Amino acid sequence: MSVPEQQMDELVRSEYKQGFITPIESDTLPPGLDEGVIRAISEKKGEPEWMLEKRLVAYRHWLTMPEPQWSSLHHPPIDFQSISYFSSPRPKDGPKNLDEVDPELLETYEKLGIPIDEQKALAGVAVDAVFDSVSVATTFRKPLAEAGVLFCSMSEAIREYPDLVRQYLGKVVPHKDNYFAALNSAVFSDGTFVYIPRGVRCPMELSTYFRINEAKTGQFERTLIVAEAGSHVSYLEGCTAPMRDENQLHAAVVELVALEDARIKYSTVQNWYPGDAQGRGGIYNFVTKRGDCRGDRSHISWTQVETGSAITWKYPSCILRGKDSVGEFYSVAVTKGRQQADTGTKMIHIGENTRSTIVSKGISAMQGSNAYRGLVRMTTGAENARNHTQCDSLLIGDRCSAHTYPYIEVKNPTATVEHEATTSKVGEDQLFYCRQRGLSEEDAVSMIINGFCKEVFKELPMEFAVEAQKLLAVSLEGAVG
Amino acid sequence: MLRIRDLRTSVEGKEILKGIDLEVKAGEVHAVMGPNGSGKSTLAHVLAGRDGYQVTGGDVEFLGQDLLDLEVEERAHKGLFLAMQYPVELPGVNNLTFLRESLNAVRRARGEEEMDAVGFMKLVRRKADEVKLDHKLLKRSVNAGFSGGEKKRNEILQMAMLEPRLAILDETDSGLDIDALRTVADGVNMMRSPERALIVVTHYQRLLEYIEPDHLHVLAGGRIVHSGGKELAFELEERGYGWLLEENAA
Repeated sequence: MSVPEQQMDELVRSEYKQGFITPIESDTLPPGLDEGVIRAISEKKGEPEWMLEKRLVAYRHWLTMPEPQWSSLHHPPIDFQSISYFSSPRPKDGPKNLDEVDPELLETYEKLGIPIDEQKALAGVAVDAVFDSVSVATTFRKPLAEAGVLFCSMSEAIREYPDLVRQYLGKVVPHKDNYFAALNSAVFSDGTFVYIPRGVRCPMELSTYFRINEAKTGQFERTLIVAEAGSHVSYLEGCTAPMRDENQLHAAVVELVALEDARIKYSTVQNWYPGDAQGRGGIYNFVTKRGDCRGDRSHISWTQVETGSAITWKYPSCILRGKDSVGEFYSVAVTKGRQQADTGTKMIHIGENTRSTIVSKGISAMQGSNAYRGLVRMTTGAENARNHTQCDSLLIGDRCSAHTYPYIEVKNPTATVEHEATTSKVGEDQLFYCRQRGLSEEDAVSMIINGFCKEVFKELPMEFAVEAQKLLAVSLEGAVG
Repeated sequence: MLRIRDLRTSVEGKEILKGIDLEVKAGEVHAVMGPNGSGKSTLAHVLAGRDGYQVTGGDVEFLGQDLLDLEVEERAHKGLFLAMQYPVELPGVNNLTFLRESLNAVRRARGEEEMDAVGFMKLVRRKADEVKLDHKLLKRSVNAGFSGGEKKRNEILQMAMLEPRLAILDETDSGLDIDALRTVADGVNMMRSPERALIVVTHYQRLLEYIEPDHLHVLAGGRIVHSGGKELAFELEERGYGWLLEENAA
């Protein structure tokens, strides 16, 4: 243990005494990881004993695990002791409304184009903004509360709704699942909790913006969405991050539970700092996302547009347990410069007549490397289960690469699995054709790319789709020619 | 409108055009014919500004400007249109979107207002009828899965929408059956106007039965070896290219 427990506790308390200060200073733990750090995180968040226990169990298990080596990603070893595991903006008590939110914080969001304001109200989107590790602003709680929807930070949920959290947290992604999930289970700082009661259609799109702000601070978000029988919810997650010199580790865990006839749509636009031209300073993004289609006829749909991060390691998955349940995965992953992505999905068919659809679009430019890795498993009970996978790669230039690793396991003879894959190049002839018709090279590229991604973009909620198209155009600017 | 003087062009170090001279005035239709490998397509692509062609000598003036100085899209904005021999497929790019973006890019460059959605739809439906293009094709991806004839008609539709000052048709007749050929020729004839010039590049004279040129040039070995009026087409049909090549060599 690097810092004696008692000393750490004192440190924590003395920090808090300083109260509210602008410009925003962060309440950050010194770098390093041991049980003392985990106790400090739990204490800072005022967690009950059972939560601390869960964290410690996960931490002890993590210590026994080797870092996974099976992906096609290359990066220098991560020094887990050089990372600080907690950072939060100062105000001691969470603000009750926007007036109580630090104006400088709001200004930062403005710059990022994150509108926590009346416009958003008109657009009908509720935002639970996560600045570094602690939720600082939550809007639209009232109309949601009237519908019986719980939408709050994970810390708050642990305090306010401990029974629900205990019932579901770690049940879809247990701490033993994988190395980064174990780490997250031990040190997660905050995240989002959503609970949709039986038969309720969530009255608005729920949206969370993440942003990593404090240097050298790992982000360990924890998200849990529970949709009771017959309920519907659509959740949006979007991210940006400022320029940075050092690699930052991000290891989030997202768990979804859909009961009978429930429907969860989870959309992500991820645009974290990818590093400079040499690949320095980008974010390492190791994410575990999994949905449990527990009830019959339940439906979970993942849509992701991944343009950022130096490294993306991410496989949003569905466990199709309920009869006639449906899992979907729609993905656009862009890698350029020195970016690497190893992403895909797992569809585990357990129940009868379960169906899954996978549409993956990988775009590689410059020296980017893009891998699709997907598992479709038809277990013995998956009578008449069906999967269709469409996996397309688009190459821009001749120094990039695209790889496809489909894993297919079929243990039921009535199951059907289809896999289609294509690789194409943005051709000089296509660009010449567009330019001859008067389009600039950039508009031409953007048009071709958006055409390639159309099947995925149409799955995104409207405003996100527009944002995603712009993002793609911006991120591939100058990638051609 | 277009004045080409001693244009020389190489591809990968090999000289393809060995000094082309050609003058095209507004309102005229010129046909450029010649055997395979004579440099017809090279001429069309050099004028449009495609990469991979090195101009090693000569100059080209288009509407009083040095054409070779302009980027591909700038030439398009100035009113140069190339109907391609092999129209490119753009999977996922909606044909209507493509037409509208093109039209508005050209209009913006000319300092005109962009066309609104309603006006655009009216125009595109009318033009599609004129070139006998099935409206269903407007909703599909650009040229993706189109038949040869459909692709060529789509080229003519683009030309009709963009209303260029100079249109170059590169072997637009290749691979077409007689009905498609007639439709394409009708589309081209519709484009004839005192303000507009057309250069029809073709291997076969059969297209010239439908599109009557004012001038006909025979390109061979990178040079224009013979120029004449439309009657030359019939002579070529009867006697082939051989006599011209011999005459030139002599």
